[in-house]
Amino acid sequence: MSAGTVLRAATLVVLLAFLLAPEAFGPLFAPLTERGAPPIYVQADMLTLAVNHLALVFAAVFAATIVAVGLAIVVTRPFGTEFLPLSRSIANIGQTFPPIAVLALAVPALGFGAAPTFVALFLYGLLPIFENALTGLTNLQPTVRDAADGMGMTERQRLLRVELPLALPVILAGIRLSTVIALATATIGSTVAASTLGEVIIAGLLTDNIAFILQGGLVVGALAVLIYDAFLWTERRLARRMGRT
Amino acid sequence: MAHGISTAAPPARLALDKLGVLLAALVAAGALALPFATFRANRIVLGEPRDILGALDPAIAWTLCAVLAAAGLVALVRTPVRLRLAAGLVALLALLLAVGRAGTFLTPEGNTFARVSPASGFWLLLFAFALMVADALSRLALSPVKRLAGLAATAAVLAAILLSGSWDDLSMLREYATRADAFWREARTHVVLAFGSLALATLTGVPIGIACTRSARLRGPVLNVLNIVQTIPSIALFGLLIAPMAWIAATVPGASAIGIAGIGAAPALVALYAYSLLPVVSNTVVGLDGVPRQTVDAARGMGMTDGQRLARVELPLAFPVILTGIRIVLVQNIGLATIAALIGGGGFGVFVFQGIGQTAMDLVLLGAVPTVVLAVGAAIVLDALVEMSERPGVKEARG
Repeated sequence: MSAGTVLRAATLVVLLAFLLAPEAFGPLFAPLTERGAPPIYVQADMLTLAVNHLALVFAAVFAATIVAVGLAIVVTRPFGTEFLPLSRSIANIGQTFPPIAVLALAVPALGFGAAPTFVALFLYGLLPIFENALTGLTNLQPTVRDAADGMGMTERQRLLRVELPLALPVILAGIRLSTVIALATATIGSTVAASTLGEVIIAGLLTDNIAFILQGGLVVGALAVLIYDAFLWTERRLARRMGRT
Repeated sequence: MAHGISTAAPPARLALDKLGVLLAALVAAGALALPFATFRANRIVLGEPRDILGALDPAIAWTLCAVLAAAGLVALVRTPVRLRLAAGLVALLALLLAVGRAGTFLTPEGNTFARVSPASGFWLLLFAFALMVADALSRLALSPVKRLAGLAATAAVLAAILLSGSWDDLSMLREYATRADAFWREARTHVVLAFGSLALATLTGVPIGIACTRSARLRGPVLNVLNIVQTIPSIALFGLLIAPMAWIAATVPGASAIGIAGIGAAPALVALYAYSLLPVVSNTVVGLDGVPRQTVDAARGMGMTDGQRLARVELPLAFPVILTGIRIVLVQNIGLATIAALIGGGGFGVFVFQGIGQTAMDLVLLGAVPTVVLAVGAAIVLDALVEMSERPGVKEARG
């Protein structure tokens, strides 16, 4: 077992232990607090917050994946080529909107809570997945396409059995980027009252309690690193399997 | 003469543009189904929606409708790209001027509590014609210099509208009028935060990147650490820096004199700097790795020292890739600097968070709109610079 694997396993164990029994870590965080402030955030269950956080991120990334891959397929078909340059520039401009502005502006339409956060995460997730899906679908070797045509595949068969499977590792890399960005951005959702791990950090900022900020930040950071590695592992396996067959 | 149904677009004069169908639908919805402006008796009560005819005096309302319909028609039918660009620009200008008139028309004389703000129909129309212009521009594939000139012209037109006072009766400008001093102070802070952290990251990140390409032992750990920094949520990183910065301010002599403090701009600058390092370092590494081996060998064969080779051959060749990293950092930092307001660091985020707290969306817009304008402007300028640096002629002249 490599040092990296041991480190990851240890991170996972510590993370789970903290989520299940945060109070047990009290003595560890106590030196950071002043004037007898509580060392561990107990206003809400840490595990529930983490589950809400992950659910929000995965729902938004899932929706972004469907829309972004769908759009990438449309603009790479003969019917949609006219939309290709425009879709690129929209996705680019979309990324320049700061997440907090998207959140705040979505509040009047959707109210406070998870809904505006979902919208912001969804919009933010689109660009990396769309860019990667485009790269994956347009960088295929022409010979592969010709071979599929030569075998008498219809457009649809070629897309589902040849183009998408070959583009999958690149698309997954885009989903990985989006997920990591969304994990961090979801914390900002707590400024508009979404129940995420950001709640812990914001409670820390408001009460001047570094222990809260640190535990919120560390949990989100650990989740991001572990999920990033899980994606990378899946991508490598996929790439290897495709190399073999 | 009979001919079968062909799937290709017929060469007739009235062929429809695919994107145009979408645009025309958006324009129709924005102009007919959605309100153009919202009138509120004061800044936090619910508003009354007004459509175009209800928000403007009849002559202006009908002129606007005519301009929108004509531009929508140009979009719908296959037309030359330059005509589409012109029609889109005229429609945008008409919308921007009309929304200012709506403010003047709807506000009762001398009333300072009433608020008039653009409503969903206006935003949808603005979006539709901005799409039309963006599409025309991407089809024209303008040179970087022309794109920069276009950006400067757009900025000049917006500045002229603002200075002429024709938007003064709109809610966002009303919010601005009561806090003009604060606005420019936060604007300065925002720019200092975004550009200052970028400058620090460039000055230190490029040497770190160079060191990483020279030493394989350094490369893995450095990139790993920077990758992990990126996963820490921004609000946590901002918050975590409060304590160490306060400690430095209290213990290092002279630190507080140069503005280092636990709360405020200093921790925000450090946090933005930490986020900026990864794109700069990794793009420097990628750029230097991409320099062809033969080129390096040729430089060595000419008797260049390591330093000369780096300064005259490798860095100039890697420059476009490094500049791309700088573009990513600048756009990202302009957006992230809004979070600095959470820890008292200032910037446009101050208005966004105040607005969320008071549920005053005009105040949110006062913070959000300048941020977006700044980020889009920075992206356009740096994209143009990246493209110019990639052109072989420039590269030779520089080398």
